[in-house]
Amino acid sequence: MSEAPEHLVKSFDQELKRLRNLMTEMGGVVETQVALAADAIMNRDAAAATRAVEEDPKVDALEREVEKLVIRLLALRQPVADDLRRAVSALKITGDLERIGDYAANVAKRAIVLAQFSLPYSLAGLAHMAHLVQAQLKSIIDALGDNDAEKAVEVWRSDQVVDDIYNALFRELITYMMEDPRNITPCTHLLFIAKNLERIGDHATNVAENLYYAVTGESLPDSRPKGDTSAFAVVRPQE
Amino acid sequence: MSSTIQQMRSQQGAFGGVQAHVLSATNEPRIAIRNLDFYYGTNQALKHINLNLPDRQVTGMIGPSGCGKSTLLRVLNRMYDLYPGQRAAGEVLMDNENIISSGVDLNLLRARIGMVFQKPTPFPMTIYDNIAFGVRLHERLSKSAMDERVEWSLTRGAIWDEVKDRLNTSALGLSGGQQQRLCIARTIAVRPEVILFDEPTSALDPISTLKIEELIDELKHDFTIAIVTHNMQQAARCADQVAFFYLGEMVEVAPAGEMFTAPKQRRTQEYITGRFG
Repeated sequence: MSEAPEHLVKSFDQELKRLRNLMTEMGGVVETQVALAADAIMNRDAAAATRAVEEDPKVDALEREVEKLVIRLLALRQPVADDLRRAVSALKITGDLERIGDYAANVAKRAIVLAQFSLPYSLAGLAHMAHLVQAQLKSIIDALGDNDAEKAVEVWRSDQVVDDIYNALFRELITYMMEDPRNITPCTHLLFIAKNLERIGDHATNVAENLYYAVTGESLPDSRPKGDTSAFAVVRPQE
Repeated sequence: MSSTIQQMRSQQGAFGGVQAHVLSATNEPRIAIRNLDFYYGTNQALKHINLNLPDRQVTGMIGPSGCGKSTLLRVLNRMYDLYPGQRAAGEVLMDNENIISSGVDLNLLRARIGMVFQKPTPFPMTIYDNIAFGVRLHERLSKSAMDERVEWSLTRGAIWDEVKDRLNTSALGLSGGQQQRLCIARTIAVRPEVILFDEPTSALDPISTLKIEELIDELKHDFTIAIVTHNMQQAARCADQVAFFYLGEMVEVAPAGEMFTAPKQRRTQEYITGRFG
């Protein structure tokens, strides 16, 4: 991705650079949160869960800082064209990152509850999903750092797989609950965890869309490969 | 050409010229520039310009100094005719007539296509006469009709309330912003179809600037407007479409909203974002 030449006013470049750094920093914190949350579930690690939750104020503070910087940029620089797109999409992107952080914290909290239950079934599906979502997140944060529109498109496309796994998990967990009512509490938590991971994937996709717009000036098509069909899923007990 | 203008003008009532514009409510090109080249001696200042000025819309022209945008305005009302060695080739079509061809009556042309300059240029006479002067060149009006025309022009120029009690005092006593609005009123007075603004606010304070911009917004209901400006925010605020010029070429033309959010050409983007090296 070739970089645009520098602005005649150097301090403007520095501010835009700072904006990008703040975003990638925020992305880094959120990435850590998601990793810790995933760890907390898979390894029943309550300490990791606590750390994931504790990162939240950092994310919020970074979001506020981006907001302040963007408002300042708009007021003092009156950016146009790609500069304007970058400033505006920074607001939206940090909004998405903040949501991702919230979901990660929620997953972590549930992991603490989940640790009290013995689970007679494998978490392989969930682990796979968490792994994919983390990869998505990593790619999009790298793309943010490099202003890489092509990579953004890759992330945007990759969300379909996460949705498919989520749909499969949804059915699987309902089946466990039907088998034995004692599974209902842990499985409900697992269901929310899966849903939260799926939402993280969606927000990563939003980031991809906004980044693509900021870099190219064009919008990705409305018809994103979106595949959470669990809203329509019915699982019936076998006769 | 001139006969067509005369025909048209003879069909106008008191303010018929303006009325006629209102009736043709489409935004077809009022002026169509086709393959226009322009030379200062051997130096080519405009290269194959193709641009439409849509009827009753504001076309903003931006670009660095020496890019040709002011030259283009000078071509549109044949200002360059005053200088030997300057010549234009190609077509500037208005009602299917090439207004840069030699048979055109320049006085009538300049009544159809008025121009407002960077520095306010009031005549050293009364406010009333500043308006009446140009009208008298083209029309023979009774005293009451002239009074009416002066009031109409000053009202359209958004300065009537400020000068109505001092019409017989010198225009040179007005502030810079008022003088500029007086010049706009003077341009309007001969009921042109097109008004060209060459950096109309670069000598004015921000409030006077906003008044002129508001006036331009008002005037575009009746007139086709082209505005050359170094102030990109001004082009963004005033213009319906914006054309970017560089080294005598027109690099890009687009609706203002597109131009300032997602220009297509790299050179446009670099210029408007302040990355021009």
